[in-house]
Amino acid sequence: MSDPFLQVRDLKVHFPVRTGGLFVGQYSPLKAVDGVTFDLNPGETLGVVGESGCGKSTLGRAVLQLVGATDGVVSWLGTDLTSLNKKELIAARENLQIVFQDPLASLDPRMTAGDIIAEPLRNYRPTLTKADRRKMVEDMMERVGLLPRMINRYPHEFSGGQCQRIGIARAMILRPRLVICDEPVSALDVSIQAQVVNLLMDLQRDFGLALLFISHDLAIVRHISHRVLVLYLGKVMELADKAALYATPRHPYTQALLSAVPIPDPTKERNKDRVLLTGDLPSPLDPPSGCVFRTRCPRASSVCAETTPMLESAGEGQAVACHHWRD
Amino acid sequence: MSDAPMNEGRPPRANLSVPHADALDKAADVEGRSLWQDAFRRLQANRAAMISAIVLIVMAFVCFVGPVLVPWSYEEIDWDILEAAPPNFDTGHYLGTDSLGRDLLARILQGGQVSFLVGILATSVALVIGVTVGATAGFMGGRVDQVLMRFVDVMYAVPLMFFIIILMVVFGRNFYLMFLAIGFVEWLTMSRIVRGQTLTLKNKEFIEAARASGGSTISIIARHIIPNVLGVVIVYVTLTIPQVILLESFLSFLGLGVQPPMTSWGALIAEGAQEMEITPRTLVLPAVCLSTTLFCFNFLGDGLRDALDPKDR
Amino acid sequence: MTSVLEIDKLFVSFATPDGAVEAVTGVSLSVEAGECLGLVGESGSGKSQTFMAAMGLLADNGTATGHIRLDGINLLSATEKQLNKVRGERIAMIFQDPMTSLTPHMKIGRQLSEVLIEHQGADKETGRRRALEMLDRVHIPEAERRLDMYPHELSGGLRQRVMIAMALMCEPEVIIADEPTTALDVTVQAQILDLLTEVKDNLGAAIVLITHDLGVVAGLADRVAVMYAGRIVEQGTVGDIFATPTHPYTQGLLACTPRLDVETEELVTIAGQPPNLQNLPTGCSFHPRCPHVFDQCKAQRPSLEKMPGGQARACFHAAMGAAE
Repeated sequence: MSDPFLQVRDLKVHFPVRTGGLFVGQYSPLKAVDGVTFDLNPGETLGVVGESGCGKSTLGRAVLQLVGATDGVVSWLGTDLTSLNKKELIAARENLQIVFQDPLASLDPRMTAGDIIAEPLRNYRPTLTKADRRKMVEDMMERVGLLPRMINRYPHEFSGGQCQRIGIARAMILRPRLVICDEPVSALDVSIQAQVVNLLMDLQRDFGLALLFISHDLAIVRHISHRVLVLYLGKVMELADKAALYATPRHPYTQALLSAVPIPDPTKERNKDRVLLTGDLPSPLDPPSGCVFRTRCPRASSVCAETTPMLESAGEGQAVACHHWRD
Repeated sequence: MSDAPMNEGRPPRANLSVPHADALDKAADVEGRSLWQDAFRRLQANRAAMISAIVLIVMAFVCFVGPVLVPWSYEEIDWDILEAAPPNFDTGHYLGTDSLGRDLLARILQGGQVSFLVGILATSVALVIGVTVGATAGFMGGRVDQVLMRFVDVMYAVPLMFFIIILMVVFGRNFYLMFLAIGFVEWLTMSRIVRGQTLTLKNKEFIEAARASGGSTISIIARHIIPNVLGVVIVYVTLTIPQVILLESFLSFLGLGVQPPMTSWGALIAEGAQEMEITPRTLVLPAVCLSTTLFCFNFLGDGLRDALDPKDR
Repeated sequence: MTSVLEIDKLFVSFATPDGAVEAVTGVSLSVEAGECLGLVGESGSGKSQTFMAAMGLLADNGTATGHIRLDGINLLSATEKQLNKVRGERIAMIFQDPMTSLTPHMKIGRQLSEVLIEHQGADKETGRRRALEMLDRVHIPEAERRLDMYPHELSGGLRQRVMIAMALMCEPEVIIADEPTTALDVTVQAQILDLLTEVKDNLGAAIVLITHDLGVVAGLADRVAVMYAGRIVEQGTVGDIFATPTHPYTQGLLACTPRLDVETEELVTIAGQPPNLQNLPTGCSFHPRCPHVFDQCKAQRPSLEKMPGGQARACFHAAMGAAE
């Protein structure tokens, strides 16, 4: 294995949430991301899955330092991003880009498609001439499947899928080495999702990108990822190679997640075995002691309430944080 | 699989084709229609707003160009009359004279100039300060926001009239000082509105996208925040102008406004009010001008608000 | 079995500043007691508007023509008073976002009993007792305590259960579930789907399940209708639609949905963009995106026709007997 170029070590992002106090507020930490560790290699896709509120979006933003980390290290090519000042950070972001969930909201409604895509160029390549910039934008538009003649159109004149292509073009124009995709297809129609997923995979292959693919859709993650990270209440439950994770999920949460996904096949869907979870996600302000998943876990025992399970190896390319994975 | 020609030269992946029959793509493919153009189109469809805009333009034009064509100047006293005379075409007093024998038409036009200037200049002052402070406070947040907004709160607590009277007393009655004074008062509300808008915008994904694209704080404020709050600001501006005009009229009415022989609509109304029983004309004419202007500005503001309605964004 | 709710040649259009938008064009459907009809389509396909029209809940600028019959009453020509009697009591609706469809300042218990008090003239006692029963029935833990809570104090999954309880209060003949699980997480979605299956099996009400998620349909529906650009393009039993889809759009939709149970090398896609309702293509609305398009598709609009097996589809290509 080559040297990992993104290393995240014990990353924590806590938000202070005001829970009381009249004049002087009392604050409790909301542990959005709580001790996440992973590596990402060039050209690799790491899928991050979990339910809403599990901290997956915060994790993506923390890697870019769009939200500050409370603790831990985000090391990019050997430099710890959390230690950089504003200027150095802006410089480092040249190689780190992000694609957002809501295609329309992530585009400035007052700018043309061309201006939006050109924005990173303005910031990082200020010496480019106008004509060169336009040429690069047009090439990129063509590359992501947009008609270059639509360069002067405004976001509201495009469909959702086309807007997402604009967002992708903006992220790709600097030829970054890592792109964070924060639920890039979940706001799109089914028939458009596949187009965008294929486009991302295409671009990854051509540009040798690493992708951090954040999604709640396990089927899409299975399709696009090489490895998958399962998050629950800000903690890693399981981190495994795709094949291992989908064939032999070790963590009860992963098993429950996988069995909950409806399969578009009436016979299979009606006859499959399901690990049904009871209840809902606990409040992240007041997570359970020990293993955070224990309140919904079918295998929970007294150990789970007392000690937090560490991420341990559970076979080739698979790590799991559960006391009972061998059961 | 498709006939889109630009797929040539691309790695052979069939499914990545561009839509080829989207009706939207065929029409108007070079120039997009921005939200501004959309809003303008909606504004044009609003008859009241368009008529108001035209009336305002005509009035402003007449006020600024008219004095050249009128035989009398606003400060010239017609020594042959020396009292409020009815309209008389032979002497060139088309609307008559005031109690000192000055031409009423000339004075109304000149008063209009002052009112329009106050409206526009004082609002511009308010606009520049308000938008800068509001956008900065909203976007930077934290301590900067606290300090700026507490300052605004303090300014709000200062009684407006008191503030202006003190300024007048300290610096003397100065035409331009009045613009500044009014502007300094009006920016407070503007800054609050802009700050509120900025706070909602700040959490939008496209601002985060701009940060991820390497934008600095200043460039994000200038390129993304300000253009997007402009819609609301424009509406507020058109509604501030009449307020300012009214404020100036009020000051002039109290005798704190422009210095004679210069006049404004407010001052004319004050003068006319003293003689309204003898010559109602001296009160009614400037009052009609003032109310028409205020009406038009308000109609236009309403029309703009509908046209720039955030629901349609 | 007889159909409870029958929709006949329904047209829904919306007046916009840029001209009329035809959201639903000539849709005919029927639901029988005890069955679940899945209505599948992407955003803008008109699947929600079809049943919003049935409930008399179209936006102000919308007009509906055609017939929607519930037990002989034409809902489209019914007065507001008649409609109010039908809504909630005979047809109930479950919406996508339970937070916005529950009144935020009213306690759960009151919201539930209100339905009963209004429609059946029940007294407060009975209302509360029935509300408690219903919450138990939809498996809400500590139901007694929840009665006195406000909607924001409940989680998304519980809120959706409350919505279902509310729909069941008057034991309606038809339940319309509009994307009931879209706003929920997968694990919670699974719970709600189980609950809906239970409701279907035990209650004998007709359920209309409006969704874009083929997986959800596969688990719950008995019959499926696929909509595209305001029309039904294919209709049949759930087994037929999933096993032998005949319309190219249905085929594409099934093929481009990534699946958890099969490893896919490359996702098949449907080319192009969703249709622009203001400017629909001539002929078959799907033709610009269709892989089998030929001249007739561009000129003529195919009508929905029944095939020997009971499946129906609106496609010239399939009509020519080309099985994929």
